Amino acid sequence: MANIPENLKYLESHEWAKIEDDGTVTVGISDHAQELLGDIVFVELPQVGSSIEKQADVAVVESVKAASDVYSPVSGEIIATNENLENAPETINSSPYNDGWFFKIKPTNIEEVADLLDAEAYKQLSE
Amino acid sequence: MNKTYLNAYHKDAGGSLVDFSGWEMPINYGSQINEHNEVRTNAGVFDVSHMAVFNLSGPQQVDFLKSLLPNDVSKILHSKRALYTPLLNEEGMILDDLIVYHLGDNNFKIISNCATREQNDDWFSKRSSSFECKVELQKNSSIIALQGPNSQKLIQEIFPGLELKPFHLEEFDNTMVATTGYTGEQGYEIISSEADGLIIWSKLIALGVSPIGLAARDTLRLEAGFNLYGSDMTSANHPYESNLSWTIDLTDELRNFIGKKKLLTYKDSPSTLHGFYTEERGVLRSGSTISCDGGSGVITSGTWSPTFKKNIGFCRLDTKNPINGFAILRERQINLNFCKTNFLKYLQ
Repeated sequence: MANIPENLKYLESHEWAKIEDDGTVTVGISDHAQELLGDIVFVELPQVGSSIEKQADVAVVESVKAASDVYSPVSGEIIATNENLENAPETINSSPYNDGWFFKIKPTNIEEVADLLDAEAYKQLSE
Repeated sequence: MNKTYLNAYHKDAGGSLVDFSGWEMPINYGSQINEHNEVRTNAGVFDVSHMAVFNLSGPQQVDFLKSLLPNDVSKILHSKRALYTPLLNEEGMILDDLIVYHLGDNNFKIISNCATREQNDDWFSKRSSSFECKVELQKNSSIIALQGPNSQKLIQEIFPGLELKPFHLEEFDNTMVATTGYTGEQGYEIISSEADGLIIWSKLIALGVSPIGLAARDTLRLEAGFNLYGSDMTSANHPYESNLSWTIDLTDELRNFIGKKKLLTYKDSPSTLHGFYTEERGVLRSGSTISCDGGSGVITSGTWSPTFKKNIGFCRLDTKNPINGFAILRERQINLNFCKTNFLKYLQ
């Protein structure tokens, strides 16, 4: 069974969003998503400083099996990306919710978070 | 959905099971890359019982096979050996690829792909009707592939003293052990009853051999330069454009085989399969188009190679000597190098 932490929000397209204490949002892909993809071999991360819209495809994750777009859960500015993934993309398989994070956003409208799925809703969706 | 007799084992071993041509088969047991590397460096065991086994009988098996196949079984008649060959229709196009095993005394077995089982069963029945030869699809057979540099040591734990050169075979009661495979490594394929298969599978697992899923099987065969029927060649392709000219045996000029006449008209076709690789990021996959100096074409298989840690694949191009090629991936130009399809040999 895939791990679905209670303290995170989710998109139907299998991204997770963590609302940090400082109001920024950290984004990655769920345990279920990394299981579906299998061994991950590349990521393409967005430019730090770029402005993105909610639901825009901002990153790509590629496994031996398939490539998949990663969508942003909120609108805002990319303030950091996880550069470790460039050399160690397998981190996403081993630690999807911690070391395998993709990027951080400074949201322009934090209210958008209300549209995201909670753990229970995401669990039902991914079953 | 069809299941092999090892289905419950695959589930218990943590296998992710998927629909593979109507069969529920393990795609991986966790990490396909780890499984791939295990086969390259040690050994692994595959359940490929979904493939089709045909048993031949009757006094005219040799005549039938000589008329059926572009490769000539004459070259394996003097010993217990295996022969790889495509199967052609009258148009010289590829219906499937298969291995024919000579069990001795002019008795044969054929193993072909899973998705083409019914087509081949029909084709063999019709085509053998004018010979004293019967071809029967064997139900409930076990095919286990043990592959990897340590496979010889391991096979001797089950069949003490067994030593076979590549593409040879030996029979033990109703179990056939052949030095064939789809990985580019030394290895064995063991064809038996399900009951005997279960004993062999369990022994190998008890010896610490890892089960390997179909995803690793695909990356292993690609690195070794083996075509996948349905991807790298279909009934729209002839052997000369599929890197299989070596399987067309014209030594016996008097021999006629299905598709021969048409096939010979394709002999000078410039189109063929090439290997490609790139150091650039991303994975080009089947269906992507390639442009190169003097030609163009399409990728038939593409993956990330666990051994070479880069994107590799096969492409069918309309030129024999491609240089300076590229493809487009996510609006980015990816520059390609070309080589022979056997990456294990040519990409060291």
